[in-house]
Amino acid sequence: MRKGMGVACLVFGCAALLAAAEVNQDWLRKVPAAERARANPYAGQADAIAAGARLFADHCARCHGADLEGERGKPSLRTEVVKNATDGEIFWLLRNGDLRHGMPSWSGLPEPERWEVVAFLKSREWREAGS
Amino acid sequence: MFRIRKRAEQLGRVWTGVGVMALGIFAGPQRCVAQEPPYFVTYSHAMEEPGNLEVEFKGTQAAPKNDNAFGGATVEFEYGAKAWWTTEVYLSGQTTANDSTVFVGFRWENRFRPLMEEYRVNPVLYFEYEDINAADRAFLEVVGNDGVADLAARNAEARSDVQREMEMKLILSSNAQGWNFSENFISEKNMAASDPWEFGYAVAASRPLTLRAGARECVFCRENFVAGAEMYGGLGTTDSPGLHDTSHYVAPTVGWNIPRGPTIQFSPGFGLNDNSMKVLWRVGAQYEFQQFFGRFHRASEVR
Repeated sequence: MRKGMGVACLVFGCAALLAAAEVNQDWLRKVPAAERARANPYAGQADAIAAGARLFADHCARCHGADLEGERGKPSLRTEVVKNATDGEIFWLLRNGDLRHGMPSWSGLPEPERWEVVAFLKSREWREAGS
Repeated sequence: MFRIRKRAEQLGRVWTGVGVMALGIFAGPQRCVAQEPPYFVTYSHAMEEPGNLEVEFKGTQAAPKNDNAFGGATVEFEYGAKAWWTTEVYLSGQTTANDSTVFVGFRWENRFRPLMEEYRVNPVLYFEYEDINAADRAFLEVVGNDGVADLAARNAEARSDVQREMEMKLILSSNAQGWNFSENFISEKNMAASDPWEFGYAVAASRPLTLRAGARECVFCRENFVAGAEMYGGLGTTDSPGLHDTSHYVAPTVGWNIPRGPTIQFSPGFGLNDNSMKVLWRVGAQYEFQQFFGRFHRASEVR
């Protein structure tokens, strides 16, 4: 009986962990294919990366940390999910947010500024710093 | 001559108070950011970021024909409870030349985004409870048959007329090509009386002067300025619907996001009919404290 309860707890725990993992990457699954494939018009441009770094410091660093490690219970951006995401996927997330999980929509920022943030997040500097 | 000087002194006192309050608000070490359009009456679907506390001052000033000049002051505390839920408390007061300075009451509002993604048109549901007396000069909304005639009462008389009202708004808002377009449909009901429902509207559009951020921080760059216009007014009541005996305003508006500082807003509102004031001056200043209560949390694992 006790063994059965233990197995049940283990199964329930694994299911809960899987569910949590699924929730955490929920936003990625919602991105339409057309959005996923969008290219950043400022990719790799030094001035856009610098502007994106400034915008990140102003709008994002308080939660995600100046070093992208996450602060005050908010998630780090140094994850495989973020590193492997396409420019279009990150841009979609900035526009829509993930309201259920606390990520606000940044649609109030003009589209070019959001692309600048994406340019910063995908820039070699922070990728190398994060590896 | 004495009357003019006294009026100037009273209005001067109001703006001195505004200055002191603003200094108090902005003396904090936090950095300010804002993505909200520079509207005074109209709401967009921009919500307060979760965990952030925004403190805002809104001032009004007008000198209605045949009535005493007045200055209204409202302090707002806006908190992002969730990414889809913003809650806000307002405290309002006013001073009227040749009359007195009075506290007029408080408002508590809640805004909810029912849809969790961004669409062409984004609805927000707005619910507000007001405990405000008739001396209110904040003009945060214009509804029903609001007009210049309401300003004739002396403060001592008006403050005894306390209105406990429920206000609901349907906010529709879109962001496209750097522009924000917002439309609000307002309904208000005095809960303590058999007063009819009052209706109003507010529409607005705005755009930053440039859509790209520069690589270097600067104070007077075009990216820090947002310009737009609002139009708002009453739509009558359930007893007398329509535009008869209502007031309407059109108001150009400009906002200036000072890097590492507050956001300053300015808007002169021009009355569009005889029932409106000729000019209603508005000034606003807001400052955002990011992750106000977040210092109590530990860093967590990632997404």
